[in-house]
Amino acid sequence: MENITKSFSGIKVLDDVHFDLNAGEVHVLAGENGAGKTTLIKILAGVHTDYEGEIYLNSKQMGFKSPHDAAECGISAIHQEMSLISPMTVVDNIFLGREKVHANIWMDHSSQKDTAQQLLDQLDIQIDLSLPVEEYPLSVRQMIEIAKALVYDAQIIIMDEPTSALNDFEVRRLFDIVRDLRQKKYGIIYISHRLEEIYEIGDRISVLRDGKSIGTALADDLSPQELIQWMVGREISQQFPERMTSIGKERLKVDHFFLPDPSKAKNWVVEDVSLSLHEGEILGIAGLRGSGKSELFEGLFGAYGRTAQGNILLDEESFKLRSPRASIAQGLVLLTNDRKGTGLVPPMDIIRNITLSSIKSFSPKGWMHTQQEKTSAQNHTERLGIKAHSLYQEVDTLSGGNQQKVVLAKWLQTKPKVLLLDEPTLGVDVGAKHDIYALMNQWTSEGLAILLITSELPELLALSDRILVMHRGKITAEFTRDEATQEKIIHAAMGEEKKA
Amino acid sequence: MNKQSRLTEKSVTKNALLRSPLLRAFAALVLVFLIGMVFHAEGAFFKWNTHRDMLRHISVFAILACGMTLVIITAGIDLSVGSLLGLTAVLFSLFSIQKAWSPWMSLLACLVVGAAFGAVSGGLVGRFKIQPFIATLAMMVFARGMAKWVSGGQKISTAVLQPDGTYHYVEVPPIFNFLNSKILNENIAVVTLIFLGCILICWIILAKLRWGRYIYAIGGNEEAARLSGIPIIRTKLLTYGLSGLFCAVAGICQAAQELQGDPEAGMTYELTAIAIVVIGGTNLMGGRGGIGLTFIGAMTIGYLEKILSINAVGEASRLMLTGAIIVGAVLFQKTRR
Repeated sequence: MENITKSFSGIKVLDDVHFDLNAGEVHVLAGENGAGKTTLIKILAGVHTDYEGEIYLNSKQMGFKSPHDAAECGISAIHQEMSLISPMTVVDNIFLGREKVHANIWMDHSSQKDTAQQLLDQLDIQIDLSLPVEEYPLSVRQMIEIAKALVYDAQIIIMDEPTSALNDFEVRRLFDIVRDLRQKKYGIIYISHRLEEIYEIGDRISVLRDGKSIGTALADDLSPQELIQWMVGREISQQFPERMTSIGKERLKVDHFFLPDPSKAKNWVVEDVSLSLHEGEILGIAGLRGSGKSELFEGLFGAYGRTAQGNILLDEESFKLRSPRASIAQGLVLLTNDRKGTGLVPPMDIIRNITLSSIKSFSPKGWMHTQQEKTSAQNHTERLGIKAHSLYQEVDTLSGGNQQKVVLAKWLQTKPKVLLLDEPTLGVDVGAKHDIYALMNQWTSEGLAILLITSELPELLALSDRILVMHRGKITAEFTRDEATQEKIIHAAMGEEKKA
Repeated sequence: MNKQSRLTEKSVTKNALLRSPLLRAFAALVLVFLIGMVFHAEGAFFKWNTHRDMLRHISVFAILACGMTLVIITAGIDLSVGSLLGLTAVLFSLFSIQKAWSPWMSLLACLVVGAAFGAVSGGLVGRFKIQPFIATLAMMVFARGMAKWVSGGQKISTAVLQPDGTYHYVEVPPIFNFLNSKILNENIAVVTLIFLGCILICWIILAKLRWGRYIYAIGGNEEAARLSGIPIIRTKLLTYGLSGLFCAVAGICQAAQELQGDPEAGMTYELTAIAIVVIGGTNLMGGRGGIGLTFIGAMTIGYLEKILSINAVGEASRLMLTGAIIVGAVLFQKTRR
């Protein structure tokens, strides 16, 4: 790709960008959110068709008219938002838009099934092809996406943050597949925010910042320090800020907490969990996908209503498990791991999203005090460093990091005592991550207690004062900050499986 | 540098203005108005009476569209508005003409019935999580049946059937004449003022009340709203209830205009009400839109029909043209994105 320039309503989002990819290499495209990575990828994949500059494929100039056109030429993109259709079967999804047909009308089901089976065997995945994809966890769906890309005879596969929804073990699995594809001479463009990943899988790294090419280097020649500097344009001394802890009295005490499985597949998703959390403490919860850690949070927050059982004391008072509304009123709030799905109201602006949960305090008699509301939202945007053109901007148009800060602001506005954070840095760029770490430190120093889930183990280790490990709905291990290591946690997280 | 950034900011606001749904809706209205200026039917379009009659004619539909707007912003739909209009029209005639209740009592009773029926729909949607389309479809059928039951299938008019089989004619209650009159030197119809009042009420709810914020939040992302502590069921109950209340208002106006309560009244009105909301630009997916849009949408549809009727276009062609023009207007709005 040469001299690519692209503007949205008069604003340049890509400015004279260059990018190249060889067969049989993994080329990492890095940069903060809003740097233009996704736009560049969308141009390559034929989503955006009005741009300046040239694209050459095998030294032939190309101009893609549509995503379908790009796919026909061998470019397949796996976007952040997956493109699978949940109620359709695995086979139908794999062949979507490229159905095998006889005489142009009749579906050739058997031949589709055979080809799909071959592909999945090649990727070493054993699943039932005739089940709808919604039956499978995200990690498997990701593999199905890859199989779909291969059906197109792709030469180039673009992966836009493919690991953001996967746990460590699923990530290993994905990397094995990516390495295999590299060996088979596919060219892979890989977008990720996670430094360890970038170095583990990348052969070359290119960095975009503010729509400009900052540089390209072999992964071995570029130190993480330098990479971060390229991305943020300033030096960040450490990845994690120093954790200063001052632990006070007990804030939250959970005794024998049970949560029945909403899907009825088993009895409990959370079984007999007891924990205690103190003022100013960050308690990390580790565990694989399906260990029940997210459900524990949701249950404590009242998202499952009264089906959750257990004795909970908040500041030595009995905590009523009833509904999110009741929990918020009692001072316990949850940041969910799905920002767009359950955190934000996308068509509403920044102000309205920030005040969503505390709206009563801005409308004592039902009438909105919009000026007061705006002032308060303004305070939060300044304190959390939310970057936006205007407070009246719809949150949809913000970058991931800024969106996350809006959700955090919403919860802070309710003046909580306990903050449950489920993947607070998911899909958030390096700079904003750093800000969020610093904020967490600041809040705990003000007495807030935090329960934290994150699938990035280094993050968990750096931030938590104590770590609990969950497995199949139960707590299987507890480590202090000094005891905890990645190996111990992984071991405990899959401990029982080894015995079985 | 500073100058440049100011320039881009300016171009952003200009673009935002062009993309503003209100402006787009207004452009469609202006277009329809211009068509009226061209096909003015020998000057009829330039007379105020034409506009007054258009406003009077569209009022009942527009009142229904007011409640519909709020429901649609919660990502719902209310198909029962036409039937509820029919039911309340019958009840109002029954109470005030045949049972000779005081007008205030009759009004109050009808408003309560409308709100209650709406709230039942809201309860089905909110508490029992039945899809709005299904819940209000059921309510549409039920309310129509009820209208036929209370009226015995007959139009309720000033002719009251006596036990001996003869008809006795009663006076039309003054409230009917008042609602059907034009005031300010016959320059504006009372029903039009009622319609404007409904618009104002909706505007206050959406822009000034906490309730309005809940409506937008639920339509924008219901799960996020629930997890943010917003009372989903109560909000839906109130919103569908308000839609039912507006149905009763429209039903009373309809009865006054027809001087009778027809159990068949309001048939397919729900479709016109939805068309008004959609042509205004409120998004059927919920979370976006507003009452100002619905006002403009009502004007657009009103003028459209008026222009076709003053030019004596036959009903068949009128329907076909209306369908085509609705699509045209919506497409026209889209291209400005």
